[in-house]
Amino acid sequence: MKPFARLLDALIFTPARNGKLALIEDYLRHAPDPDRGYAIAALTGDLSFARAKPALIRGLVEERVDAELFRWSYDYVGDLAETVALIWPEADSRADAPHLSAVVERLHRAGRSEVPALLAGWLDALDSTGRWALLKLITGGLRVGVSAGLVRTALAGFGKVEAAAIEEVWHGLAPPYRDLFAWLEGRAPMPAVTAGTGFRPMMLAHPLDEADLATLDPRAFRAEWKWDGARVQLAASGGAIRLYSRTGDDIGPAFPDLVAALAEAGPLHAVADGELLVARTDRDDLAPAPFAELQQRLNRKSVTAKMASERPAFLRLYDLLFEGAEDLRGLAFGVRRTRLESWIARDPRPRIDLSPLVAFDTWEELAALRAKAREDGIEGLMLKRADSPYVAGRPRGPWFKWKRGPLTVDAVLMYAQRGHGKRSSFYSDYTFGCWRPRTDGEGRELVPVGKAYFGFTDAELVELDRWVRNHTVNRFGPVREVEAGLVLEVACDSVQRSTRHKSGVAMRFPRVSRIRWDKPVEEADEVATLERAIPA
Amino acid sequence: MTPHPETWLTPRPEGLWCAPGGFHIDPTRPVGRALITHGHGDHARSGHDAALATPGTIAIMRARYGQDAAGSLQPQGYGAPIRVGEVDVTFVPAGHVLGSAQVRLAYRGSVAVVSGDYKRRPDPTCAPFEPVPCDVFVTEATFGLPVFRHPPDGEEVGKLLHSLEVFPERSHVVGVYALGKCQRVIALLRRAGYDRPIYLHGALQELCDLYVRLGVDLGDLRPATVADKAALKGQVVLAPPSAIADRWARRLEDPVVALASGWMRVRQRAKQRGVELPLVISDHADWDELTRTLADVDAPEVWVTHGREEALIRAATLQGRRARALSLVGFDEEEGE
Repeated sequence: MKPFARLLDALIFTPARNGKLALIEDYLRHAPDPDRGYAIAALTGDLSFARAKPALIRGLVEERVDAELFRWSYDYVGDLAETVALIWPEADSRADAPHLSAVVERLHRAGRSEVPALLAGWLDALDSTGRWALLKLITGGLRVGVSAGLVRTALAGFGKVEAAAIEEVWHGLAPPYRDLFAWLEGRAPMPAVTAGTGFRPMMLAHPLDEADLATLDPRAFRAEWKWDGARVQLAASGGAIRLYSRTGDDIGPAFPDLVAALAEAGPLHAVADGELLVARTDRDDLAPAPFAELQQRLNRKSVTAKMASERPAFLRLYDLLFEGAEDLRGLAFGVRRTRLESWIARDPRPRIDLSPLVAFDTWEELAALRAKAREDGIEGLMLKRADSPYVAGRPRGPWFKWKRGPLTVDAVLMYAQRGHGKRSSFYSDYTFGCWRPRTDGEGRELVPVGKAYFGFTDAELVELDRWVRNHTVNRFGPVREVEAGLVLEVACDSVQRSTRHKSGVAMRFPRVSRIRWDKPVEEADEVATLERAIPA
Repeated sequence: MTPHPETWLTPRPEGLWCAPGGFHIDPTRPVGRALITHGHGDHARSGHDAALATPGTIAIMRARYGQDAAGSLQPQGYGAPIRVGEVDVTFVPAGHVLGSAQVRLAYRGSVAVVSGDYKRRPDPTCAPFEPVPCDVFVTEATFGLPVFRHPPDGEEVGKLLHSLEVFPERSHVVGVYALGKCQRVIALLRRAGYDRPIYLHGALQELCDLYVRLGVDLGDLRPATVADKAALKGQVVLAPPSAIADRWARRLEDPVVALASGWMRVRQRAKQRGVELPLVISDHADWDELTRTLADVDAPEVWVTHGREEALIRAATLQGRRARALSLVGFDEEEGE
């Protein structure tokens, strides 16, 4: 438990991705099997056992610590697992601290009524960091800022293999992953890739640099609309249906309406690539609703019937990777596209449709189409070479994304906050606002409309930091309020209505596109400008 | 009849006042006669007419304040009583920083001990705390909550050494208070076998030099300010807490930011300060040390000053002692300075 606890503790404090990777790889090099496999599963959320509720933990600690002292401590610390870990009495002589694997395997067998005694025994045997890690583990949700994708990247680094190779085998494996480690340490061959519902690493596109269009032959490319939804991989085999996100997480459980509708239409055996979208309920055909509607459904563990009926999900497919057991990934995109079209025509299903090709002869013609497309659900265009096989990762050349031009707004810098890691000495996170009429009718006031922390160069950051320090009017911990004196041109992908923000608008993917040292703040935009950009 | 200490030892706005002795203890404003428990700035202010302290504390005050330290500075070693007014005063080691003392006050058969700041665990840079029996024990309570339990020093220094192994390319900048913490962290690193040069922020140099002059071996110390970026890769750099995440730290290459403080025990507190490597190393007693000290000193009555009084009063009451808060203004809640 101790090395695992030390890993979690270090991860929570390490902001940089590379730092996290180094920590996980170091752990994998030193921890034995099966501990390290369970640690990986704990980080990726793939462990299942009887959990403990907060009330149970509170009960255990109040048997051992004066209730008043506990209350003062909990008030001060604010987090139950941490308070209990810190306050738990240190035993004079400790039993041997349990290994992570012993804890996981015992909990897996345990009934709910056995958990309190098991937990108390382990808490007695562990030090405070160990207790904290155990409590995080047993209450579920480690929250150490590590995604499943990051863990797989660390595994790839540890085994010196391609990340795509880990992705390929991952979904056929189960904790504690002995086969995986045997392969990564060169003691055994690569585990067999299971057919069927495993995740296949996705092929990704590079942003198009418009200057490069002159060097590309329009006849070699096919164009599709780039939909403003979530990229998913549908993997179906027999009765099982999985929906994988780009990082290989199964998000099917959040979309039971979609999974059920697909399953009801009979056995499905294919792996396809497409966009997850929410359909407008005021139309009979499948028309995408604004992204905000889909966002309501993402990141949920379960979904209510009301949510599913008000925001029905559907799939718009654009590629076919497997048809039955046949692997199509080595075929050209044009061929796979024909296979996809005939497959959908042969076996149509509710809640699946085909993402159409956009016909064009010249880049100018396509640019004009892209400029005109402002309707919901379209984020721009995808360009795919007709002869490109489906390969994992982000190869340069075969696929491009050509997003439609961003919206820009001139906003006034209002607050700045220190960044993290490398940027911890810089005020690098900026809250900016736009003007609106004061409610009392007396002139205008600034109201925050968003926050951005990238889009500028390192040299510009140094200047921004200096400006913030020289124009501070107020400090709140790590945040400085600055005088209204600097205009930032902020770009964003879209604007949505928001009940969370005082201004009533929220920008999607905002970034600083230019620093307008020259522009008087009075000439910055009004909130009304942003409101006009909200799709109807 | 022996007078109860509350009749001759009383809190005043400028500090704890002992009427029959005619002196204050650690007053926060200039006074006629002051007894100083240790050299941290919130306890040892400058400008008193006369100050009595241990030789170590006087050396620190001279280094910090120069000519302005006090009208007269009178050194008094540990263990030997000295008569001040009608009171017998004895300095007893407090184990907090070099020169730190508890003050034992005896007046007409009644004994009070003012602990100043203290800790119980061994510290290679200062004399260890000695419990002294008394009628009233005046204790600090900086870490007066049962969640504050400082792990063994060796484990915390081990975390720093482990991080140097995992990130051999990155400078490790450790925030330390200039007096006490800085020299203790160096001494702990040396004890753990770390013999490479340790680089210092300019503000730490003078007190390190003083410790060395007073016989504490700190090994190879070098200024961080003139060293070039590349030379600091993978090295330990010590700096005041205010500098570790600010402009000064930009001279370092992708630093791991560490902070040595008892507050690092609480993760949220460490995260708020942008610390990547929290080291729970404190010069104050943790909760177990505070409650054990109450039992060791075994005073029937305890007065609790600066810190989280209510929990320690509760613990003293559970031990069967009378306990009350003694509100003294002017001491920093942050440990040290």
